[in-house]
Amino acid sequence: MNKIKFATVWLAGCSGCHMSFLDMDEWLIELAKYVDIVYSPVGSDLKEYPENVDVCLVEGGVANQDNLELIHQVRKRTKILISFGDCAVTANVPGMRNMLGGSEPVLKRAYLELGDVTPQLPNEPGIVPELLDRVLPVHEVVPVDIFMPGCPPSSDRIKAAIKPLLKGDRPTMEGRDMIKFG
Amino acid sequence: MSVKTLTINNIPVAAEQGKTILEAAKESGIHIPTLCYLEGVSPAAACRVCLVEIEGSNKLQPACVTQVAEGMVIYTDTPKLQQYRRMDIELLFAEGNHVCAVCVANGNCELQDLAVEVGMDHSRFPYRFPDRSVDVSHPQFGIDHNRCILCTRCVRVCDEIEGAHVWDVANRGENCYIVSGLHQPWGEVDACTSCGKCVDACPTGSIFRKGTTTDEKSRDRAKLEFLVNAREKHEWTR
Repeated sequence: MNKIKFATVWLAGCSGCHMSFLDMDEWLIELAKYVDIVYSPVGSDLKEYPENVDVCLVEGGVANQDNLELIHQVRKRTKILISFGDCAVTANVPGMRNMLGGSEPVLKRAYLELGDVTPQLPNEPGIVPELLDRVLPVHEVVPVDIFMPGCPPSSDRIKAAIKPLLKGDRPTMEGRDMIKFG
Repeated sequence: MSVKTLTINNIPVAAEQGKTILEAAKESGIHIPTLCYLEGVSPAAACRVCLVEIEGSNKLQPACVTQVAEGMVIYTDTPKLQQYRRMDIELLFAEGNHVCAVCVANGNCELQDLAVEVGMDHSRFPYRFPDRSVDVSHPQFGIDHNRCILCTRCVRVCDEIEGAHVWDVANRGENCYIVSGLHQPWGEVDACTSCGKCVDACPTGSIFRKGTTTDEKSRDRAKLEFLVNAREKHEWTR
């Protein structure tokens, strides 16, 4: 049996969803029977997102140029893209900077007004990715196949969402256990 | 007193004249989701969550303010209504700044519960991220306008049960907000008795007790019902 090519990516989020993923504990060993982890901040050391990925969990909103390029690549190379957690689904806490209206006031607030010593705006083109004007939920940038809210989604919810995919089925994202925000 | 006979979801129902569809449904054990409706105070029909279909009418009607009539044929859970209810809840989420993860009412929020009930796994409407304020000038309470859905429950409990009328609705459209006193900081409104009924009535984490942090909001909703019963039915004990 061909193993499922499985990936996880980390955009603008706190990594809490990935921690919750690791919280599936011994079931991860079971999961490893069915999937090859081809790209993941917690399961692989590859730097380039590979071709022909079957399932990808996307944590985080789209906040900067780097996130934007990666999410387009992920969409192009992935069959089933899952918005993984509230930041991916709603922009959540990273999105709270949107209320300041644009990247400039955000940078000024963080690096000039609150800068204790040598306040200056970060500027390293090609190294530090530019902020987008707004943090966007993933589905406002590329089409998403499955939404898994939660901050973070509990390990039980993650397991319940992934398990049917291993048999080629789709999970039913309904009810408090599966779609409650927060 | 005359009785009207009607059907709700093909179930025959008898209700007193003057009752609303929502009351008639409730008496018959038929669930209609609500959000701005609050037992004991006047209905506002602000949230549109309780919309129902009535045969012969091409408009959807809010069950909380529509009175029963003889021979009415009502449906409360058609695919059309399910679709509109989900859109309604998505719009409420997209309109304000509802960040469940950092909200006092997380896990104890009627908006969050409704999102689950209508099957909202994401919002198809882009979030607006409006610039709204927080007022913590009151010594005991705070109001975070980011989390306000303009249900006006606070306005109604304060006016109709407490009789203080601290709250009202200011402006129109996207600039609409709940205003305290004569557009004063809440803490400077002399009319406020600090009774806390608005905290108990608020369906989200918008009005809260100071010192409450994420997930910690609790409400004494039964207190409101008790006060109304005490006044109307002279039941003085809880």
